[in-house]
Amino acid sequence: MNPVPVTSVQARFTRTPLVVRKERQQAAVRLVLLAMAVLMVLPLVAIVGHLVVQAWPALSWEFLVDVPRRGMTEGGIWPALVGTVYLVFISLAVSAPIGVLAAIYLNEYARDNWFTRAINLAVITLAGVPSIVHALFGLGAFVYAARFGYSILAASLTLAIMTLPVIIASTREALAAVPVAFREACWNVGATRWQTIRAIVLPNSISGILTGVILQVSRAAGETAPILFTGAVFFKAVQRGDLFPYRLTDQCMALSMHLYTVSTQVPNVREAIPWATAVVLLGAVLAVNAAAIALRVWLRNRKRW
Amino acid sequence: MAYSVDPPPADTAAAPAIPETDAGEGIWTHKLNLWYGAFQALRDVSVHFRRGLITGLIGPSGCGKTTLLRCFNRINERYPGVRTAGEIRILGKNIYDPDVSLVELRKAVGMVFQRPNPLPLSVYENVVFGLRTHTPRSELTRRLLDDEVERALTEVGLWHHLKDRLGARATSLQLEQQQKLCIARLLPLKPDIILMDEPCSALDVEGTRAIEELMFQLRGRYTIVIVTHNMAQARRTSDECLFMLLGEMVEHARTADLFLNPRDSRTAEYIEGRYG
Repeated sequence: MNPVPVTSVQARFTRTPLVVRKERQQAAVRLVLLAMAVLMVLPLVAIVGHLVVQAWPALSWEFLVDVPRRGMTEGGIWPALVGTVYLVFISLAVSAPIGVLAAIYLNEYARDNWFTRAINLAVITLAGVPSIVHALFGLGAFVYAARFGYSILAASLTLAIMTLPVIIASTREALAAVPVAFREACWNVGATRWQTIRAIVLPNSISGILTGVILQVSRAAGETAPILFTGAVFFKAVQRGDLFPYRLTDQCMALSMHLYTVSTQVPNVREAIPWATAVVLLGAVLAVNAAAIALRVWLRNRKRW
Repeated sequence: MAYSVDPPPADTAAAPAIPETDAGEGIWTHKLNLWYGAFQALRDVSVHFRRGLITGLIGPSGCGKTTLLRCFNRINERYPGVRTAGEIRILGKNIYDPDVSLVELRKAVGMVFQRPNPLPLSVYENVVFGLRTHTPRSELTRRLLDDEVERALTEVGLWHHLKDRLGARATSLQLEQQQKLCIARLLPLKPDIILMDEPCSALDVEGTRAIEELMFQLRGRYTIVIVTHNMAQARRTSDECLFMLLGEMVEHARTADLFLNPRDSRTAEYIEGRYG
């Protein structure tokens, strides 16, 4: 037996050149990944910062509640703001019930057969359709075929069809997160599927369902193409601060459309106005998303298992 | 091993092996077969679980004991690809008859699962969940519900501990209490049969002892079938024992006989711990 030399004992567990090289690699990779993560945040900060700085001179309460004046070169955005609220509200009032109920069927009742798979395929396909195609469909189906004309109704229904597949997907996800053991416990005392859904599944998935629906608000508010073809107009005369200026059969103004109009279609607009319009749109979307997160946190805290 | 994927023979229901005289007692199965898709999980199982006794179902993993248990309240059928053939008589009625309502069947045949699965509701609401499910709202007086809660929780030995915490969330209880609550949840529906699928496998020694003691107290009033991996538990708790292997019933005897004088060599080797 060779006695172990003392020097080798001292050298035990120290870094070999190979280890040193690997550690350097690992540090370098970490730095690169970190840089990318930071880089991702930069555009957001830049966009928001630039927007707010440019918009600052025009931003005021007056800007929100006033109507556009002097050929839209001055004044506020009230008709567009209210129009967007109308469109979003009506489209979700249509798509949320349909989407949630369809998702409940698909997740809780449907067996895995060709019919269910066909529905799933339809949902996925619908989710992948570009918004401009939705717009064309809305034009054909609602404006012409259903004779709604260019109207809030037609535009809202077009937006509803666009948001439907995402609502179905997010609702199914929320339902699937409820443990199967709860359902078995219910079936096991003889509860029907509907009793199980009413008593256990819905109360425990409502936070996820609502969050999914609310997140579609921002999508519906931001889209321009679907409403451009079906119900949004450049200008509509509205009273300042009027909460109910439109009927369902009216055309309306909308924030996304208005931004496009004042940026590209109208000469001699006061420079801050397009920027301020963008800030309002962005702010509204962020506010709604924040509300969705707050709601989810609140509902989560009430349930525990 | 070769599994046949043939359809069941057409004459399974031909020979009336179930005597009419005491057909109303406990659970009878006759030539019960079950397939998960092409896999046959139960093969011609004919057995009688006697009323009021505790019957243990033992056998190595995958032998079909849980599958058999889950046939008795037809909860298997919730899952796709399950086919059954043969006959199961509970209280004299073939539960595969077309006029059998699953809702009514499951009132009479309760099940306790491996992991305690109290509903995410209060203790009180867990106990009365079955009643609320089966009774029109107008007939559910507060008094009736309160009485049922007290009776059920007393029967499982939880009333003393929980009577001041009926509003607590059931999912916040200790596991042992949760499992007892899951048993209590069945009682207001006045079941005849309680199926237990490894009810103690998530519990520690104390919890296991408590559940076993509860089983002894329920014995006689309910027909209890318990699936267990724990042979010592089967020996401690059951009156009769059923040994299954590869989807077949190998041996059914009084527990003492099965463990001391097994008739079948496969049973003998299993209880000696040669495999499984």
